[in-house]
Amino acid sequence: MSATINPEKAPTGTASGPSGPPIKRTMPAVRARRPRPAIWVPPMLVFLVLLGLWYAVSYLVLDEKRRFLMPPPDQVVTKGFLDPDVLGEILASLGQTAAVALAGLAAAIVIGMAWGIAMSQARWIERSLFPYAVILQCIPILALVPLIGFWFGFDFFSRTVVCVMIALFPVVSNTLFGLQSADRSQLELFRLQNASRWTVLTKLQLPAALPAVFAGMRISAGLAVVGAIVGDFFFRRGTPGIGSLISNYQSRVESAELFAAIITASLFGVVIFWLFGSISKFVVGAWYDVDAR
Amino acid sequence: MTATQAAAPPATQEEAKVLLDFKDVEMTFPNGTVALSGVDLTVREGEFVTVVGPSGCGKSTLLRIASGLESSSHGTVSIATSRIGYVFQDATLLPWRNVRANVELLAELRKASRAVRSQKAMEAIDLVGLKGFEEHLPRQLSGGMKMRASLARSLTLDPELFLFDEPFGALDEITRERLNDQLLRIFAERRFAGLFITHSVSEAVYLSTKVVVMSGRPGAIVRTFDVPFPIPRDPDIRFTPEFAALVGDVSHALREGHH
Repeated sequence: MSATINPEKAPTGTASGPSGPPIKRTMPAVRARRPRPAIWVPPMLVFLVLLGLWYAVSYLVLDEKRRFLMPPPDQVVTKGFLDPDVLGEILASLGQTAAVALAGLAAAIVIGMAWGIAMSQARWIERSLFPYAVILQCIPILALVPLIGFWFGFDFFSRTVVCVMIALFPVVSNTLFGLQSADRSQLELFRLQNASRWTVLTKLQLPAALPAVFAGMRISAGLAVVGAIVGDFFFRRGTPGIGSLISNYQSRVESAELFAAIITASLFGVVIFWLFGSISKFVVGAWYDVDAR
Repeated sequence: MTATQAAAPPATQEEAKVLLDFKDVEMTFPNGTVALSGVDLTVREGEFVTVVGPSGCGKSTLLRIASGLESSSHGTVSIATSRIGYVFQDATLLPWRNVRANVELLAELRKASRAVRSQKAMEAIDLVGLKGFEEHLPRQLSGGMKMRASLARSLTLDPELFLFDEPFGALDEITRERLNDQLLRIFAERRFAGLFITHSVSEAVYLSTKVVVMSGRPGAIVRTFDVPFPIPRDPDIRFTPEFAALVGDVSHALREGHH
């Protein structure tokens, strides 16, 4: 930064001109102060606009008889979140869904990374296995769900299977992409020392793949929550998840509670998404200069 | 390619050990491009040979063959050591390792003990002047410092043959000159056999004991110049008329070879 400013101030090329240091000192301060409001203000504004739209639909578009289609936000809060019975019900079922989502996500990460690593080891393995990753991604999972119920029963295990099937692909493709992202010269550096395949994988390719793997996990995390809720809808045996609760509220036309449950489920997805983002930043963030674009 | 491990016996008492010997080496790529043709090149201990040539003249291929990353399609390549240092065009540091761990990498890959590894790394880091930056991650270093870390990493192998693939090409003039001086100092101290690729004529003359000029398509050696200036070399030698004259000669040879 100072390098681009100083030559103008000191045309002779001496970097230690009298005007140099003050510039150096003020630039980071300005940069550090600015992001705070800039990060939070725009999404808050969008939130207020959406809230306004919501109210407008509830009160201006819908008449009183049809207002249940879109109950105003304050009703969602009072009837849903502030009613201890409803909130307790929502949180209990969320716990069940969260267990499925996390189990599914963990399985998807293990299977997906193993799949990606296997494909990275040889061209022919990649050619043999990649089409099936794509097919898995393209299968209408909803159509398969009833079958999964027949095969594996209608409780936790089947819900987890659905979850894995929905969440698997981003981990597989991002792991493969990440493993292949190691520089050619870095690979040659290892090759010159006759490093084994295993050494190259563990000391070079896997660390190099981590940013991409984390990005895949983050997408999968959101999908795992979706998968768990889809599973809830179909597999009603055992403790009800938030998906079953949503479908109950739906059949009872308890729309404020329904909205509260849906919002809770989405927030859970957001929290998991954010969690993986933070883990990624914590692990990988120090390696790469995020500021240098 | 036949890599004979035996060092050629010195013909006379003064002749130093031959570490790298190319005889009539030819390289044709699968697509039919002839990258090298009839290359004869010898690098002895205590010699610093620099290859200059236009881009695409096959000088990098020459180095890759010397390192064993590629095999020549014809001719003999003899390498008399297994301690080969290789410095890439970019620093190729692993971003998740700090300077110390990066410098230790090669010894680690060669399964050296922890104590040997850290001892070697400390020496090398000291030699390239990166002391105090051991805990820094690559992204916290300037381009020149990254290159020095890369140099230190190769130095841990105590290379007898040191190969450089345009290592300072991406650096600015000032950093480049500083690194040239540093490399010369290390060479004066360690006296390895050096093979250095560059497209800067003055860098070539300043660093080496011998300058080899290549022409492109197919890559072949046009002329060889002996550099008479003593080592250790005075940085101010660059401003003498003798130096300028030699740079001029090499440049002319380059231009003549470049059709």
